[in-house]
Amino acid sequence: MAGFPYFCTSNFLPVATKFSKETYLYWYELMQLIRQFELMAEEKYKMEGKIRGFFHAYIGQEAIAAGCMTATKPEDLYITAYRDHGLAIAKGVSVNSCMAELFGKATGNAKGKGGSMHFFGKDVNFYGGHGIVGAQIGTGAGLAFAEKYRGSENVVLCFFGDGAARQGILHETFNLAMLWKLPVVFICENNNYAMGTSIERTSNVIDIYKLADAYEMPGDAADGMHPETVHEAVARAVKRARQGDGPTLLELKTYRYKGHSISDPQKYRSKEEVDEYKDKDPIAQVLNMIREHRYATEEEIAAINKRVDDIVNESVKFAEESPWPDDSEVLKDVYVDKNYPFIVD
Amino acid sequence: MARQIAFREALREAMSEEMRRDERVFLMGEEVAEYNGAYKVSQGMLAEFGPKRVIDTPISELGFTAVGVGAAQNGLRPIVEFMTWNFAVLALDQILNTASKMLAMSGGQVSCPIVFRGGNGSAGQLGAQHSTAFEALYANIPGIKVVSPSNGYDAKGLLKQAIRYEEDPVMFMESEVMYGDKIEVPEEEYYIELGKADVKKQGRDVTIVSFNKMMKVAMGAAAELEKEGISAEVVDLRTIRPLDWMTILESVKKTNRLVIVEEQWPFASVSSEITYRIQKEGFDYLDAPIRRITAADAPLHYAPNLVAAALPDVPRTVKLVKEVMYLKK
Repeated sequence: MAGFPYFCTSNFLPVATKFSKETYLYWYELMQLIRQFELMAEEKYKMEGKIRGFFHAYIGQEAIAAGCMTATKPEDLYITAYRDHGLAIAKGVSVNSCMAELFGKATGNAKGKGGSMHFFGKDVNFYGGHGIVGAQIGTGAGLAFAEKYRGSENVVLCFFGDGAARQGILHETFNLAMLWKLPVVFICENNNYAMGTSIERTSNVIDIYKLADAYEMPGDAADGMHPETVHEAVARAVKRARQGDGPTLLELKTYRYKGHSISDPQKYRSKEEVDEYKDKDPIAQVLNMIREHRYATEEEIAAINKRVDDIVNESVKFAEESPWPDDSEVLKDVYVDKNYPFIVD
Repeated sequence: MARQIAFREALREAMSEEMRRDERVFLMGEEVAEYNGAYKVSQGMLAEFGPKRVIDTPISELGFTAVGVGAAQNGLRPIVEFMTWNFAVLALDQILNTASKMLAMSGGQVSCPIVFRGGNGSAGQLGAQHSTAFEALYANIPGIKVVSPSNGYDAKGLLKQAIRYEEDPVMFMESEVMYGDKIEVPEEEYYIELGKADVKKQGRDVTIVSFNKMMKVAMGAAAELEKEGISAEVVDLRTIRPLDWMTILESVKKTNRLVIVEEQWPFASVSSEITYRIQKEGFDYLDAPIRRITAADAPLHYAPNLVAAALPDVPRTVKLVKEVMYLKK
């Protein structure tokens, strides 16, 4: 596609040999797990109608979750928008609870109250799945404010899409985060489309990382289709945040193979464009590396795939067999106050 | 030992006492620190607590509200001051879509113990954009609580309660024109539970319900009526959400008549909700239709006579009470 902001000239060249065999195998399995989970969920949505509501697939963007995970610690906090399945699974929200949440079951990670857009796992420092475009940019800075206030060394990874970069909250938050040197990494997962509007149709500034310049915040772009480049970029920003030097804006150039949501007919882009990106598929790239370096035999790769399939199949079984939330849950989790006198008529 | 302090001092004492008690509590807002508060509510707090805990913000209501909400979700107990609730409209997304909903959306995982406070309603000839009273609008939102005190004593006890004990977001609505009002408060600490109305004057013949600075109108009307031998009971709601309708009902059982005085716009106002509840729970006790005086169904204009004409006052309240008592004027 002409004029398309292709993978920018990044400082972060692939540095494959620096990563261990275990890292590649971890990346591969994690990305496969996210992808197979979503492919299965899409099937349950489209073919069986067992999942309803808005459903935004992460497929194509898995390298970001993988690279971020190896560049951060479990204590670090993640917060993202409604395209949240991948990051939730990466962070360790159980696959069973994710599928159950999609099914709207009581055993879902949000007790069937959140759905696809609102996965949560506070116990694994995953602060959700937020539905108002850009809102979590500010909330995420608040999570970081609390970490700094307490004097912890934890860092917040705050994810948003290219569409959210056009919201006012981004600018107010960037200003505050720099003013107060908050330990946060703002990660723009630039998949080139704000729903159906391509990036060059949303602003004169199509290099989103440059928005950081106005606040004298370090800003950089990297290839978001490979965990190596993601890891390198994120590790650098996390280090900066952890040592008290404040926030960074990272623009990770990625692509979603699926529509904005499950109901998106995708008339705004060509099949050729999508195919072009599929050639750079993050899972295929990592698998090539594994084969090239003989990090695993074909049998071992098949065993990983089998393990992933088993986990995904088990999650469907778990979700299907789980109960619906009790009707009385309507008025639960609205207030922490257990004696709140709801109006019921 | 009791002493006289201004409303603003009562708020300051509430915040300072709780900040001394709990390191997780901090104050953030425009001009709260070095300027000592746009209305001097936070005067001296920077000197006592330092810039880590008394934090000036740029004029970024949405941004600093979001930071407060995120900080509350991650274990702190922020107090966010809005210079006026009129400016909080810019931050409504964070209050309505994040603070109020995250506990539910996360299935009970992520709570948000935060207090938003500031001036609310009209405060003289400030024009339409600085004069809105927001209690009814926020009271519509599940997941939050709305407090609107009428004097410094109540304000201190309620604010301390909100900061220390409330685990849900609290909207605390004050009034610029009440900050200088003096009242007696005890030396020792005290707390007032949210969701409890207070009968500010006992009476027999009619119940007048109000809150915030309109309590002055309600009490003024009651005093006028007293001269004519009419005994009005005046109920101060203090908390709007949850609404203590039981106290209103108990009063109506005694007086059989109800007049509500508020500064909200009339459509779906606090009085609308009270009226529904009392007709349902107390239909047989009513000897007359429930009546109300609200702000005019219009933005508040500038000219002094237009301000006066748009807001509830004592003469109209007296007249309305006489109407529900079927008295000739």
